[in-house]
Parts: sequence; C-alpha cells; structure tokens
Amino acid sequence: MTPGGYAGKWLDVDLTKDKIKEVEYSDKVLEQYFGGRGLAAKVLWDKVGEKYPELDPLDPKSPFMVFTGPMTGIYPGSRICVSGKSPVSMGTVGSTAATEFANEIKEAGYDGVTFTGKADKPVYLLITDDGAELRDADHLWGLDGEKTLIKLNKEVTAELTKRKPNVGLWKDPGMIYIGPAGENMVRNAAVIAKICHACGYGGYGSLMGSKNLKAVVAKGRGSLPKVDAPEAAKLLWRRTHQHLIGRTGMRRQGTGYAGYSVGAETSSEPIRNWQEEWHDEKSYGGPMFEHRFWVKKKWADFNCTTNCMKISYIKTGKWKGDITDMPDYELQAYCGTNFGIFDPEANIHLSALADKLGHSGINGPNTAGYAVELHQRGILKDSDFGFKPKWGDPDTFDRIMRMMANREKIGEILAEGTYRAALKIAEMKGLKPEELLKYAVHVKGIEIGAHGTRSDADYTHDISYAASVQGGDHTSVAVDGYNDMSGAVFTDSAVFCNFTYYGVPQSLVFDFAKAITGFPITLHSWRSETGPRIVTLQKAFLMMGGPDLEWEPVKDDDNPPRFYEPLPSGPYKGKTTDKKLVDTKLQAYFETLGWDERGIPTKETLKKLDLGFLEKSMSKLR
Amino acid sequence: MVKPIWIARDPSACSGCRRCELACSMHHEGWMWPEASRIRVFMPFPGLEVPHLCTQCMDYPCVKACPVDALSTDSIYGAVIVDREKCTGCGDCIKACPGSVPFLHPGDNKATICDLCGGEPECVEVCTEAGYDALTIVNEGPNINRKLYSRDPIDVARDLAVKMFGEKGEEVIE
Repeated sequence: MTPGGYAGKWLDVDLTKDKIKEVEYSDKVLEQYFGGRGLAAKVLWDKVGEKYPELDPLDPKSPFMVFTGPMTGIYPGSRICVSGKSPVSMGTVGSTAATEFANEIKEAGYDGVTFTGKADKPVYLLITDDGAELRDADHLWGLDGEKTLIKLNKEVTAELTKRKPNVGLWKDPGMIYIGPAGENMVRNAAVIAKICHACGYGGYGSLMGSKNLKAVVAKGRGSLPKVDAPEAAKLLWRRTHQHLIGRTGMRRQGTGYAGYSVGAETSSEPIRNWQEEWHDEKSYGGPMFEHRFWVKKKWADFNCTTNCMKISYIKTGKWKGDITDMPDYELQAYCGTNFGIFDPEANIHLSALADKLGHSGINGPNTAGYAVELHQRGILKDSDFGFKPKWGDPDTFDRIMRMMANREKIGEILAEGTYRAALKIAEMKGLKPEELLKYAVHVKGIEIGAHGTRSDADYTHDISYAASVQGGDHTSVAVDGYNDMSGAVFTDSAVFCNFTYYGVPQSLVFDFAKAITGFPITLHSWRSETGPRIVTLQKAFLMMGGPDLEWEPVKDDDNPPRFYEPLPSGPYKGKTTDKKLVDTKLQAYFETLGWDERGIPTKETLKKLDLGFLEKSMSKLR
Repeated sequence: MVKPIWIARDPSACSGCRRCELACSMHHEGWMWPEASRIRVFMPFPGLEVPHLCTQCMDYPCVKACPVDALSTDSIYGAVIVDREKCTGCGDCIKACPGSVPFLHPGDNKATICDLCGGEPECVEVCTEAGYDALTIVNEGPNINRKLYSRDPIDVARDLAVKMFGEKGEEVIE
C-alpha cells in the first residue's frame, strides 16, 4: 500500500515519442527521498547515473521533473517543485512556486511528472482524472505569461466542460508555464505560475523551452491523498493554521516592506549590482507601495493563511495595466534598487515585465544589472546595447530584459546568465576571465538572492551561499553545522512553503509529517539522515558538473569577489565578509556532512546514507 | 423553532486560501476533498477569487425543478437537503439555479448543495478565524435580495476584475 500523502503514481512523458506511462517508486525510495527536491535528485540519478557529466541539460535526453511531495496540499502552503540538471549550475536545484497546480495534480491522482525528449512542435501537457495527454500549444508559443494564462484557462475549462457537461460548473485548472525567456532558452529563465509566482532558481524555464513544452496543466476531481493518521492530521492542520494566523506582521505586510528596511536597517540589499548594500530612500518604503498600488492586501495560495502576497496594480500613466505582487522583497530589490531605481511605480512595472517575459525576477535582473556595471566600467559600449544604458533609468532595464528574453544584440550573451556571460564577454573583449568575474555576483552559476553577507546583520552569513548545493539561492542557504535553516531541504522535498514553516514549532511540523506519511520521521532523523542524504546527492551532482564546466572544489565553494569588498556606505561602512571565517566554517560544514576537506563525500558517508551508487563517480573526484 | 440563516459572501475579501473548501470537505467527506466541497472558490484570473455556494433563494427553484423530489428544505435553517437515495444525478437542479451552484459529486455523481452544517457552517468558522470575513452568517430573516447573490461565478469575477483593475479588468477573463 502506498504510504500516506502520496497519490502513488508518477507520469513519465517522452515528448519525442509522444508516449506517456505511469510509474511508481518503492516505499523505501519515498522514505529516503520524500518527494520534490529529494526524490527528483534520486530519479535523475536513476535515469542518468555515472554519465551525468556528459549530459547537456538542454539536450532532449535531459529529464525535467515537476514533483509534489507527500505534504503538498495537506500541510498549509501548497507548492510545486521543479528540478533536473540545472542549465546554470550543472548541479540540481529544487525550485518551488506556489500554485494550485500542485494540489490539482494530486487530486487528479498523480504525484508528479518527469519529462524527457523534445516535442516536434510546441505542446502542453493536460493532466486530469482520466490520465494525461499532450495538446497543441502552437497558438500559445510566443505569448507572454499573462496572455498564456488567460488563454489556457479559458481553453482548458471549455474542453473539460465539453467532456463532462452535466457535472456542473468546472472550477479553473492549475498550471505552470513559461514566457518568451523560457521559450528562447534564456539559461536562467523561470517556470511561472499565477502571473507572478516563479520557480526561479535553477533555470528550469529554459529546460521547458528546450523541450518545446509551453505549460503543464492539471485538473483533478479526486480528494487529496489519504494519510496515515487522518484524525491527527486534521487536528494538526488546524493548529498549524492557528500559528500562521498569529503571525500578524508577516500577514499584514508580507515581504513588501523590506525593499526599504533591508537596505536602511541591515545594509544587505543589492544596489547597482551590489556596489552598495545600504540606502535610506524613504520614497521606497512599504506604505508608498501599499497606499498607491496595493489593490488586494490579503492574497493567499491554496491552503495558506500566511497570505504574504498582495497584488499591486498600476492604474494610470504609461505603465497602466501592469499587475504583479507587492512586489515581494526579492523583486523590490532586483527589479528596483539593484537597477539604481527607488521608484515604486517603475519597480512594479519592471517586476511585472520580468514575470510576463518569464525571467526569474532575481536571476535575469542580476544579469541585466551586471551588464550595466560593465558599461559603467567601460567594458561594454553603447554599441553593444544599441543605446546608452543608465543606472536608475527604467527604460534601460525594460529594454535589456526584453533583449535578453528575445536574445537580441548583447541580450544574446546575457541570456546565458551572469557567470557564462562574464566568460563570453571576456573572450569577446580579449580580457582575462577574472577581470569580468570580479563583478559577477553568483555562486556556482546561480545569481545570488537579494540578501548580502557583508554587514552580517541579515540572516545570510559567511558560508550561506558559498557552501550551498544550490549556490546563490537565498531560500536554501547553508548554515553552520547543518541546522535550523537547512529546513528548506525539508520543505522543498515535502513540498510546501518556507513561509508556512518558519514560525510554526518544528516538533509540530514533524508530527504532521509523520501523521501524513506514517514514516518514523522526526526532526532528528531528518537532520541526521534524510536531509544529509539529499544534500550529499546534490553535492555529488554539483561537483560532477559538465559538460561545459566543472567547479573546482573549495576554490569555487566561495563568495563572489564583491562580497569581500568593504561596504562603501551606511552604518556598516567598511564591513566585509571574513574570508578566514569562510574557510574555517566551510571545513566545519564539510565535516558535519561527512565530506572530505575538498567537499567530496567520503566512502563511509556514502555507505552510511545508502548512497553507495555514487562511490564510483566520487572516487574519480577524490 | 424556525431560524433561517444564510452565508453572505464578499469576493473582494476572499484571499483564495480555500480553507473553506478544506473545512467543508473534512466535515462532509471526512477528508480534504476540494472538489466535493459544497463551497467552491473560482479563480478565472489570479486575484479574482470568488466563493460560490447556495444562497437559499426564497422560492427554491432547484427544489421545484427536481423531477424525483430528491430535494427538500431544512425546516429550521432553510438549507436545501439532498436525498442521495432518490437523486438520479440528472442535473436539472443545476440548470434551474440562477448561479449554477449545485454540482454532481465527483464520488457518487449525485447533486451536492450546501446544508449549512446544521446551523454552524464550518466554512464561515475558518474564514472568520483567519480574519478574512469573506463569508459571514446573516441571521435576519430571508428577503428577496438574497437570490441576487446566486450568480455565475465567472460573471462575478468579471465585475470584480473591473473593480480591481479598471479598464484592464475587461481583458483578464476571455
């Protein structure tokens, strides 16, 4: 019998052959890898194995996973996790977004989908209680995210109504999709949902684009999967929500007030490609967003009472009609301060544009900001852009983001993401790679989220990114001794939201996990065994790398050079990340996880974590 | 004692969390089953979340339309009660309802309608608990206006779209 919380079936879709089959995973695999991020890594290994370094993520052979987890839909804060070999880091990332797609697919009777191959023309996958089918997406290809959602919603609802007209009104399906950036294989493009929610890190939008896969849509009429201890689960559900409802500040403001405070208070907000991290621009305060633009203050996704999301809308002027969320802090920073922009209206426009184009609103804009710094330093010229780019100028960034999504002019190079763009521009300009990489704010190819480490006053510290198997991902940072904050490995594998995890007693969360699955799971077992197993497997992938790059152990387990420059302004002026501390903590982190001094998992560790299948590949790296 | 109540709904206050659907289905089905919930939140465009449920029209067109007398009204609260033995799943009640509120249950294919949980609706309780107040119990006696709430949820969403997004609201639902 399938463990609780799982529908018990996954779909394997071969896009080349238009073949769809159902697969199952053993109870042991589920207990060891849970779902989402963990299970996707295991399935990737089983499909690719030791040939991993040879696999080009954008080759049709490359698997792309869309997985829920056993807690998805049931635990508050439902999300979907996408994964596969990342076209940016060449490791794997569990990249999640909130969307009703996640509960709909489980209600249709499936826990996830693995895509391989490449469709000969654009398609989308429709998943219902009657199975799954590939449908023509020619008419959707080229459309921005917003139009894609509007058209697909109408089309699928009409189709389902046609198939079963007598059951009453059909509620809308859930969906994930890509915009033009994904279609054109912008390497760090996102998979998008609900207009402004994104699986941003990892570049999985380009993976979908490489497969001619425009969207995945689900509508199920079944119940959420049965659980091991339903009465306990119902009680825990109510109690968890009570904790979330008690988080009044988070519910009231979301992260929409942080665009001011992370700069003004903790000096850790990217400004002009991280040349500064402090500002005191009160024009950029939360109330200036809220009072003029928030049209919905309590906006939540399925089974969520944190409702950190708010909807912003521009009602007048040249950007009239732009809809996005607050924007949330990350996009207030990356589509605002990092461009030298401190105007809420311009920030909302550029965030909505990133969403519509299908950029990851963190990663794409990081690359755009990087390009403008190269212009500031005289490395890129007006002629590379076709105009004169300027910090603080919304039109500059509007144009660069479009050029990237459409791969026009310098956009063709920037579409490779910050790290690869740096190497290409070095080659193009006849410069040494170091001269370009010193301005590139990424770790392992993944552009860093909008929380700096130099002030040491935010939640991100010395090795947060340097040691992380997901590089610059601010949602899943490495912490000394692999403790509390490693919770993201759990939430990405159980697949629910970080913001319905922090603020709830961890004992309650793990009691809930046990009531759902029936696995003998505890906080301790997760921290000592399951979590380390998943992270170790991800580390192995990351260090195997290939085919176009290989990360150098320890040397590349580091912060970007900019994080070692002293902060030039603000209350933390002069502070910087301590390299000695990074080196010491990195070794301690490796040791805690049972990796050798170069960060390669030892034979004993692999054996202890039941990862013996990695031994041959790891022995080559040792 | 006759004590008719009904559930007023305010789509502009609905967060779209769908806890109402979860609470309803846990009460009626024993587990989380959003598609079997008597209250259904439609979302034809993100941000436009419309709670959709029976409003207990004074003239009960659904009850009148049932060809097999499977529908009746609760003598205390005025809810529509479905006799699942008698119901044939013909769908006539859906057609008779001005808002197409009833639906056929995804499990047994019988008409499914809000029964007001015996006077203490679970959906309202969780909505109130979270401070959304998109659902409110109204205790005053029935009046003719109530029926006007029974509208196609997509039409409601179209109105809400214009209220939120102005002219752009005309474009977000095709």
